[in-house]
Amino acid sequence: MTALATPSTSTSTPVRPRRAWVGVLIGVLLVALALTGLFVGASDVTPGSLASGGADGDAAFLLVASRIPRTLAAVLVGASLGIAGLIMQMLVRNKFVEPGTTGVSEFATLGMLVTIVFLPGLAVVGKMAVAAVFGLFGTWVFLRVVRIVPVRQLVLVPLVGIMLGGVVGAVTTFFAYRLDLLQSLGQWSQGSFATVMQGRYEFLWIAGLMVGVAWFAADRFSVIGLGEEFATNLGLDYRRVVAVGMVIIAVITAAVLVTAGMVPFLGLVVPNVVSLIIGDNVRRAIPWVAGLGAVFVLACDLIARVVRFPYEIPLSVIVGIVGAALFLWLLLRRRSRAH
Amino acid sequence: MIALENVTKRYGGQPVVDDVSITFGGEGVTALIGPNGAGKSTLFGLVGRLLSPDAGRVTVDGMDVASTPSSELAKVLAVLRQDNHVAARLTVHDLVEFGRFPHSRGRLTVHDREHIESAIGYLELGPYRDRFLDELSGGQRQRAFVAMVLAQDTEYVLLDEPLNNLDLRHMTEIMRLVRRMADELGKRVVIVLHDINFAASYADRIVAMRDGVVVADAPAREVMRPDVLAAVYDTPVDVREIDGKPVALYYG
Repeated sequence: MTALATPSTSTSTPVRPRRAWVGVLIGVLLVALALTGLFVGASDVTPGSLASGGADGDAAFLLVASRIPRTLAAVLVGASLGIAGLIMQMLVRNKFVEPGTTGVSEFATLGMLVTIVFLPGLAVVGKMAVAAVFGLFGTWVFLRVVRIVPVRQLVLVPLVGIMLGGVVGAVTTFFAYRLDLLQSLGQWSQGSFATVMQGRYEFLWIAGLMVGVAWFAADRFSVIGLGEEFATNLGLDYRRVVAVGMVIIAVITAAVLVTAGMVPFLGLVVPNVVSLIIGDNVRRAIPWVAGLGAVFVLACDLIARVVRFPYEIPLSVIVGIVGAALFLWLLLRRRSRAH
Repeated sequence: MIALENVTKRYGGQPVVDDVSITFGGEGVTALIGPNGAGKSTLFGLVGRLLSPDAGRVTVDGMDVASTPSSELAKVLAVLRQDNHVAARLTVHDLVEFGRFPHSRGRLTVHDREHIESAIGYLELGPYRDRFLDELSGGQRQRAFVAMVLAQDTEYVLLDEPLNNLDLRHMTEIMRLVRRMADELGKRVVIVLHDINFAASYADRIVAMRDGVVVADAPAREVMRPDVLAAVYDTPVDVREIDGKPVALYYG
């Protein structure tokens, strides 16, 4: 039979331009921003001062105690939040979700408040664990709500999440207000790397570990992104993969929350930008999302440090402005296409 | 062999599949026909382990669908549901690659790659392999899904209304392909069709369902009779012989 031998359509395929150069650009930016970040700050740390002070000088101390941890923290936060957003978008099959638009961050913050009130002496790792458990619960609640209330329009899904987050956030604020803890809470609801230094950022490596787990299970998340029917047909245990994804999201959210605070929009914007460039195959997307997320946070942190030099403004303010602008652009761009 | 033994599925007390016993897999292409709500998709859901029966048993090659690990079933049975909306931006190649997942578990061997290449070649998707699914026409996208199922390399292939929203040429293309899959690759295809003339000209056997029960099950020619079709669809259907083939006329 030669029935199918004729070409099915006459359209010629445009050769997809090589995207490798964008990847190289991300890599170069990452290194350049990280190095710049090491030498920008209220105190003078330059290659010159490092050389003259030697290994015991003030500059060297500052570099090891503050600047390097801060840079590493920015990289880890950016990379892991991007991955949390990517995984969540695969689980929900919606491009507009991330921990911040689904109530997960708010639940984790509530968890922080609970530890402050009931377990004030708890070590930071304990606080993080409690926040992670609350975040996990929040992810579960969101997934349940989205399942029970079938939302027809894609943009309504994050609205449901934002409403959920609003309710939980209000509860948290109410109790924090009554217990006179609003100020301590503000420390987490506003993301900043100002307090990051040696000994106070290491939990972020746990978030980094979660990126590794996500990469290991990348194909499973891609298949989950096709939907439950496809996943089942391909012999995948849908519930188990979703559960692993939920843990990844919750742990990353909690680790970032206890070290840097809330960093909005990142988990939403970065995977979307990457998706436009190279698509949603998770295995391919993970290095891009991690790299671009790190670049995004490094750049925003740098801006936060130099705008009112030598003072700092909170990172979340810069991230919020840049992220919201990008978000709007993505939203309007999507509308313009016939979807 | 896919076997259903006294299978019942109810929704809110109402049986959608009512005590059905039937086997598939003896013929190359079996068409499943019947009016909307007859229980065809539910039947597929039960075989494809997306739904669990309220009563009865479904087996594939002797393996009980309810108790066999999903990953084992995925190597012998592939189900393509109707109206597949894939939100993720994946290329044709990505999609076909995921069809190998039951065998590769994400780590592709040379053997897996050969299957991917041959599936892409079989559906003539070579020129579109690096296109994203949302950049394809409906017919091309449907072919990409079929290629994915083909790459899964299962003996049994269940296709739920694969002709939905396709134009005449693409419908014919898919049906020819289904025939080739059975004849050349030895697949056992069960396909839900609304167009009974496609069923008549491409299927070896036609199974007709209505109100959750099988009302006709016979070689294509024997089902293509006015009395049988009228009973299935509850509407008058005329059947004429054209060039030795039965053709149903139901255009009023």
